[in-house]
Amino acid sequence: MASDDPHEDSAHEMPKYDYSATRRDFMLKLGIGINAIAGALVGIPIIGFFVSSIVKANQPTWVSLGSIDQFPENATRMAVFLNPYRTQADGATANVPCWVKRENGENFTVFAINCAHLGCPVRWFEQSKLFLCPCHGGAYYEDGSRAAGPPPRGLFVYENKVEKGELNIKAGLLPTLANPA
Amino acid sequence: MMSTLRTVALWLERRLHLTKLWNQTAGHPVPASTGSWFYTFGSMTLTCFCIQILTGIFLAMSYVPSAAESYHSLELLNYSIPLGWVLRGIHYWGSTCMVIVMMLHMTQVFLWGAYKYPRELTWISGCILLFVTLGLAFSGQVMRFDTDAYWGVGIGASVAGRIPIIGEALVHILLGGPIIGSDALSRFFSLHVFILPGALLAFVSLHLRLVLGKGINEQPKPGVLVKRETYDKHYSEIIKREGVPFVPAAINKDIVANGILILVIVGLALFVGPNGPGTPADPTIQIADAKPDTPFLWLFACAALLPNGSEPWLFFVFPLVASLLLFLLPFITNEGEKHWRRRPVAVAIVILSYLGIGLLTYEAITGPWSPQMDAWSGLPIKAEYVKGRTPLELQGAVVFQDMQCRNCHAIAGEGGHRGPDLTQVATRMTNPQLVRQVIQGGGNMPAFGKNLSPEQTRALVAYLCSLHPPNVPPAREAVGVLKPIGETQPTPSPTPGNVAVRGEK
Ligand code: FES
Repeated sequence: MASDDPHEDSAHEMPKYDYSATRRDFMLKLGIGINAIAGALVGIPIIGFFVSSIVKANQPTWVSLGSIDQFPENATRMAVFLNPYRTQADGATANVPCWVKRENGENFTVFAINCAHLGCPVRWFEQSKLFLCPCHGGAYYEDGSRAAGPPPRGLFVYENKVEKGELNIKAGLLPTLANPA
Repeated sequence: MMSTLRTVALWLERRLHLTKLWNQTAGHPVPASTGSWFYTFGSMTLTCFCIQILTGIFLAMSYVPSAAESYHSLELLNYSIPLGWVLRGIHYWGSTCMVIVMMLHMTQVFLWGAYKYPRELTWISGCILLFVTLGLAFSGQVMRFDTDAYWGVGIGASVAGRIPIIGEALVHILLGGPIIGSDALSRFFSLHVFILPGALLAFVSLHLRLVLGKGINEQPKPGVLVKRETYDKHYSEIIKREGVPFVPAAINKDIVANGILILVIVGLALFVGPNGPGTPADPTIQIADAKPDTPFLWLFACAALLPNGSEPWLFFVFPLVASLLLFLLPFITNEGEKHWRRRPVAVAIVILSYLGIGLLTYEAITGPWSPQMDAWSGLPIKAEYVKGRTPLELQGAVVFQDMQCRNCHAIAGEGGHRGPDLTQVATRMTNPQLVRQVIQGGGNMPAFGKNLSPEQTRALVAYLCSLHPPNVPPAREAVGVLKPIGETQPTPSPTPGNVAVRGEK
């Protein structure tokens, strides 16, 4: 394609370049070196920031679900606790529900709400004594063991203890197969 | 006046070399045969992307990426900010259309053999664009941050959590913390408005550069084979013979198609409206359905339909192998026939893929595997299925409703479809079989032995045995007839009392 700009082609002409010039070579290497260090100094904080969520991966801690009197014996009830690592911006997502089953006395089992299949919220049905998952039809028995459907195991269970008449569970992580509560 | 304009134009031309730029881009020569309706899907995808950027920028002016605020800001967009709902609608339907036309573009490129030599890299960059676009669609759904989005992120985290070794770290990187909260939303926001659009821009540039550099694929003719040694010459001959500048000679159908596309998107936005937000993302609200948006429904269906234990295959092996095949396709069949009529395997792959994805999507929409959570309390049994029953059978109907059987089993088509429809169950199963099924479960049904008293079981099974059409008798045990001769001892009748004992051991 012909161009009517006389400068265009000449712009690409240059005298033969001697790639072996040592002084320039040194400067080039120096430049690369300096920028490598500078790059690392910028990059490390960025990567560090990004993966800090693993490092800061808070260990589960004890959270109170309130007085044990609210849980009748031999029954399963929903309890809601506040995520111990919540921030202001979390809003309603700081509420974490779980299913509390009081066997008798101070004997409790606390199940995560998250289905062991893909994490959907399971719902308790008092009459048939089943937990049913809305997503792919997983079902669990009263004791959390798998009854039917795609879940590979029973419900995730939080560690619990009773202290001063309050039920406490060890929580703060999203229960998944990698991290079964 | 004219001469001043001319001077300005010339001055600009001298500085910017516009003619050269034009000739290399919009005016570059393409085979005349490519001015075809089938070649319009690529530009349509690009148009969708432009619409997404444009509406996205303005939506970001009102959207607040915080778990506490996002819902409210979307409500404001929907109801308070003038035309906010239109913008949301265009953005939503633009995204849906983008995925659809991109699939069509890919299908056309595949069927026309356009990925073969020398356009391998064009195909590969296109595959990257596909994945980035799907990433945008998924992260965009998270922006809605309603219950579905919240549990959708949960599903994503659970899938990641299944990956061996790095699973846990991956979950934390994905969520930006140990639990789904505002950090997770912010991560997805950053992905949705910075990282992925940036990547898309970069790869669109590469894609277009390759389209310009390697030329648009000519309309293939059956019997004309691609050979690495001769193709370049062949193509430049085509250009010499029937080459026309893309603009204005080959772009006319693109313009029409794109105009219609934009009208469709805006029409959908105006008449169907934006999507959601649904129920606020409060995990204590128990009405989540957690279905993903349309492009991912088929995967959702896979998760429900595949046999237990196959998840590692579905979530890792299958995507890995599938994307590897996708990326390597231009090297697997680099030369040879381009026309689809001579490539039956390619045609079969397309038909099977569309059928498979279509069927799975349909399944996911109807969701027959999900229990209908409110059927037991919300759907009364129709009068004809209780009429003329004995008191025991009626009691059984009450047990049937009360024990949530209805959530999984329909009667007369109403109720859950997780388990079989029981309208005529008595014609298929005998009384003892029903007792066994109820008490022991099996075949994906939980066992109810512990939760039903013997009396309840007796009533329930009595009711189930009454479920048969008036002219068809209920199924009967064959045991009595098949008993070996000489044995006189009667079979113990399956009274619920002794069955319950059996169920317990
Ligand atoms: S998430 Fe519960 S069955 Fe799939």
